[in-house]
Amino acid sequence: MPNISSGPRVGLFVTCLADMFRPSVAFATVKLLEQAGCHAEVPKRQTCCGQPAFNSGDRKTTADIARQTIDAFDGYEYVVGPSGSCIGMLHYYPEVFAPSDSYYQRALDLKSRSFEITSFLFDVIGMDSLQEQLQQLQFNHKVTYHDSCSGLRQLGIKQQPRQLLQQVQGVELEEMEEAETCCGFGGTFCVKYPEISNRMVSNKTEFISNTDAHTVLGGDLGCLLNMAGKLKREGKQVEARHIVEVLAGMTDTPAIGEADYDLAQQL
Amino acid sequence: MQINTPFFKQRAHDALADENLQKALGNLKAGFPEKRAIAVSRMPEFEQLRDQGRDLKNHILEHLDLYLEQFERKVIENGGHVHWARTADDANRIILDICKQVDAKTVTKGKSMVTEEIGLNDFLEANGVQPVETDLGEYILQLRHDHPSHIIAPAIHLNLEDVSEAFHANHHREKSMDPAVLMQEAREVLREKFVAADVGITGANFCVAETGSTIIVTNEGNGDLTQTLPKTHVVVTSIEKVVPTLEDMTLFLRLLARSATGQEFSVYNTLSTGPRREGDQDGPENFHVVLVDNGRSEMVGSEFQDMLRCIRCSACMNHCPVYGAVGGHSYGWVYPGPMGSVLTPQMIGIEKGGMLPNASTFCGKCESVCPVKIPLPKLMRHWREDEFEKHLQPKAARYGLAGWAFLAKRPALYKPYTRMASWVMKTWAGKNGRIKKLPLAGGWTDWRDMPAPQGKTFMQAWKEQQKTGEQP
Repeated sequence: MPNISSGPRVGLFVTCLADMFRPSVAFATVKLLEQAGCHAEVPKRQTCCGQPAFNSGDRKTTADIARQTIDAFDGYEYVVGPSGSCIGMLHYYPEVFAPSDSYYQRALDLKSRSFEITSFLFDVIGMDSLQEQLQQLQFNHKVTYHDSCSGLRQLGIKQQPRQLLQQVQGVELEEMEEAETCCGFGGTFCVKYPEISNRMVSNKTEFISNTDAHTVLGGDLGCLLNMAGKLKREGKQVEARHIVEVLAGMTDTPAIGEADYDLAQQL
Repeated sequence: MQINTPFFKQRAHDALADENLQKALGNLKAGFPEKRAIAVSRMPEFEQLRDQGRDLKNHILEHLDLYLEQFERKVIENGGHVHWARTADDANRIILDICKQVDAKTVTKGKSMVTEEIGLNDFLEANGVQPVETDLGEYILQLRHDHPSHIIAPAIHLNLEDVSEAFHANHHREKSMDPAVLMQEAREVLREKFVAADVGITGANFCVAETGSTIIVTNEGNGDLTQTLPKTHVVVTSIEKVVPTLEDMTLFLRLLARSATGQEFSVYNTLSTGPRREGDQDGPENFHVVLVDNGRSEMVGSEFQDMLRCIRCSACMNHCPVYGAVGGHSYGWVYPGPMGSVLTPQMIGIEKGGMLPNASTFCGKCESVCPVKIPLPKLMRHWREDEFEKHLQPKAARYGLAGWAFLAKRPALYKPYTRMASWVMKTWAGKNGRIKKLPLAGGWTDWRDMPAPQGKTFMQAWKEQQKTGEQP
């Protein structure tokens, strides 16, 4: 039976990349929410936040998807997702509707109750109620943290992941140069301008490997897939993980882009 | 100036392979942003100033006509002349007429992006008037028949060897690689030009309505010689540069120098208020201001009005990772970087300029350093909306988006599709955790591996878990 908690009902915004590429990130998010005393649910009607349409200039599709998402998350006290970028998109919804549109107020309402996971844990739940659980965890590695653009500049996420991470035993955070510079993923940018994107991610992997970090952590799978893919192509040994995997103590799964060794042995 | 914006992608490709350029861009990245950060950290009220700057600019744009009229009245009262130029052609003709009136053979020029915008140098030369750039960077570019790649450090794409060669070829002196010697050489050559010039042309960083003054902000002093030595001084500027009072101007000066170069104040801040008066030690006999519109008045009241707040500090390009990778020339016209990505389509049309608003990851760094808080990513997005409505995007991108939208709006179809896509990629990757080559994703896999999906989608695994109550 799912864990029924008396705490707030939280709708999990899964995000496309977690859904397709790394379900463990969404499971880790659920685990963290439940540890924080929330009752996590996964609305079935959700698909994507609409960012591809929004950033491609397709306002009508953006509005259609925004309405669908607003409806799907109706009634939840909070909406939480493992991505600053996708939650940032939910925060753009009021811009998509005219103030006279019936969805405008609902978009504002959704904005006020939707949070990226580390910001939700740190800013809403508060560190005190989490500290004990986090301190029981171990991750005996030197890590470096990449600040994803939307989370950082749109939602003000900077200290939250770092503060949470510092509670985990064994974690040593070594900051990389230009941690706040874009990794070059940028949604469709990496496909539209692959060479420029490559330069940007190459700079990023250089900064990452200039540290002694064993793992690069981040809060957005887009950036992480990009950085992990480049690190792998360059034959670098640094692992890439979403921060929630560490915070939920779910680091048994292979890191992003790592071979599934157990499976390999079986084959 | 020739428009090369449609070739952005090819020019970016060339720029990425140009080692000298990459070295120069590396220097830029290490220079201005760091100096700006220090200057900002020394001024706790900087954020407040940015808000004030934004609000004041918004106020000015709401009353642009009134302030421009006041400015015009004051210039005339001071004994100067004001000319209104709707288009680039109008501006060029007005300036040529002024030159012809005084039978000018040569004009010296201070650095001015708006004269680049209207293509003044080529126009003057074609009509028998020789322009001489006097800003050191601009002078080097003129010798090399080149154009600025940055709005405050125009020759940032060049290195010492390039300068040395350009001077040697044009000055016919012994070749030197000593920056101090080259500087002295430029000084000596340009001094003659300053003295010989019949007309001096400068831009203006701001035009002050209450006094009818224009101001230029420089670090070299060449602007002062350009505007005080010749008998005629022509200020070429654009309509959004007007500010109500001298005090308002000082607010922007504080924002400008810190944002641009990390200086607390520029070395020279030189005001011009009409022609020389009786008893004045120096100054021109004739003072003209050419107010260029060139598409700006169309921006007033439009979704692009915020762009008119720009005070041309270049902080956006200094901090932009795309500009930092490909340099200013890749943008293919006068204004590079994020501000250029908004301004260029306005001036040359979205049909030609459309790739620029797309050449952004929307990382938002530009907006976060803009002294007047221009929402540059938002404005680039407006251009993408314009492109979308006009069906200007490539067919493949449009169909791809339409296909994705069809699924994203139908959760019942979206879920089986993501399950299938996830399964295909997982199978394709085999026992590796990553994919080396993925059809239709060449842009990605040409440069990096594609991490493979873990297996089932979350939605699938969650549904199963809810049924069985077990962890996947």
